[in-house]
Amino acid sequence: MQDLQPKTDWARIRADFPILNERVHGRDLVYFDNAATSQKPRAVIDRLAHYYLHENSNVHRGIHELSNRATLAFEAARKRVAQFIGAASANEIVFTRGTTEGINLVAQAWGTKNLKAGDRILLTEMEHHSNIVPWQLLAQRTGAELRYVHVTGDDGLLDLSNFEALLDGVKLFAVTHISNTLGTVNPVRELCARARAAGATTLVDAAQSAGHLPVDVRSIGCDFLAFSGHKICGPTGIGVLYGRAEKLDAMPPYQGGGEMISRVDFQASQWNTIPHKFEAGTPDIAGAVGLHAAMDYLDEIGRDKIFAHDQELAAYAMQRLSEIDGLRIFGPRENHAGLVSFVLPEVHAHDVVTLADQHGVALRGGHHCNQPLMRKLGVPSTARASFYFYNTREEIDRFIDVLGEIHKFFSR
Amino acid sequence: MDFEELYQDIVLDHSRRPRNFGELAEAQFHAHGDNPNCGDEVTVHLKLGANDAIDALTFTGNGCSICMASASLMTLKMKHKSRAESGELIHAFHDMLTAEQESEPDKRLGDLRVFQSVRRFPQRVKCATLPWHALEEALGKPAGGEVSFSEDTAG
Repeated sequence: MQDLQPKTDWARIRADFPILNERVHGRDLVYFDNAATSQKPRAVIDRLAHYYLHENSNVHRGIHELSNRATLAFEAARKRVAQFIGAASANEIVFTRGTTEGINLVAQAWGTKNLKAGDRILLTEMEHHSNIVPWQLLAQRTGAELRYVHVTGDDGLLDLSNFEALLDGVKLFAVTHISNTLGTVNPVRELCARARAAGATTLVDAAQSAGHLPVDVRSIGCDFLAFSGHKICGPTGIGVLYGRAEKLDAMPPYQGGGEMISRVDFQASQWNTIPHKFEAGTPDIAGAVGLHAAMDYLDEIGRDKIFAHDQELAAYAMQRLSEIDGLRIFGPRENHAGLVSFVLPEVHAHDVVTLADQHGVALRGGHHCNQPLMRKLGVPSTARASFYFYNTREEIDRFIDVLGEIHKFFSR
Repeated sequence: MDFEELYQDIVLDHSRRPRNFGELAEAQFHAHGDNPNCGDEVTVHLKLGANDAIDALTFTGNGCSICMASASLMTLKMKHKSRAESGELIHAFHDMLTAEQESEPDKRLGDLRVFQSVRRFPQRVKCATLPWHALEEALGKPAGGEVSFSEDTAG
């Protein structure tokens, strides 16, 4: 059967990304910082240009033709997002600035109304700061208490041995789908089912997953899910919050302003229907339109194929990295997403990243917005290589050669 | 290449075997600085002598080789310096890395002039200046005690 499937032409796909031809410090660029942000294909860049050349106007309130075009494009993007993540309706799609704003929106609007002193919020130790700090602020406002599902250690799995006990009294459970530091793919469907059975509302941080594997909110069974456009080949400044309609309906607004109201009087106002209730002010229209093009682009390749490619690169990188004596790798050995965190013996991550950059290889070094996790693992920082579908095994070979040179340079 | 100028033997030596690394029992002043961008953290421990000169200076913490070597070389350079001289050296070091116009660094910096090449690595300037910033904070404490700060993440 498999032979009947057309083989993906990854080299042709790579050619869709003009920036990958850049030279850095006199070398060919190897871009391995995709977990921070992805590069953009020409289709997305062209779509943005087309919007500004032919459709630009403000949305919703205009009567004229351009406003009509902008509104149609913006709302078409919302429908496309609903389809992209399997939402029941476009009304469940709120446009945000990114994952961080989506989580803050839920913490503010849902959390302030539904949490009180003594209630519990359950997170995991592998959450990004953006899925920790908004809940800390909420806990400070309401007197709620934060709890964490532990991470097992360097192998980067969630310790679910006492998950049911941890869920006791929990009103909100928030978890990342894929860890940006460890590459762990969490079983979000199972976790959300167990959390909901215990009476908790659930939120999934899909920043690292939405553009890398098929994501279906109804299959996951979460109440909220947030992701960013810029990590999935879309523009910066646009993100998505999915919320189940009944949750969004029952929530107070997040910010006040135009667009989010149905009627304003001097003393009080009535709110618009969802999702507009949560979109005060002029939205990032071009961003949404560009994100639409990015989703079309990704689905033409197929996110199942993208994830298989990610996993193959990660497995190859881990195999090659393990050839380096004393190198410490973080994250699970199996079912690893497309990124690898590591520490080179005796060399600080910053020095690794600075030297790799001098060889044209873009890595990230630091705490990856996971300071508590770093403290737990007992390392101040790690270096991270994160891949996407346009990366190749040859680039990994070059990266390993460069690491070898760095190792030699610092062992002199 | 640029990085060979940055990672000279003296930098690698001091990052691997930092001098004056450790707590200082008789310290009157402590200042802890961290760089939230990268997780580098340095605490300086300072004892001033009778004439207000630096009697003893040590540091603890962890960071990249640039940060550790900068702290180590700083502790060697600053020993016995008066408050006024220390201020001038801190200023000279900072200037060498951040002044808009690159110029010949202050000769009194001696070996520390090796860090001049950090200018070409803007992301790493704070690695080198963090210990100096901590020392400045420690010296700035009029009545003694402890101070903690974070580098501005926007810089």
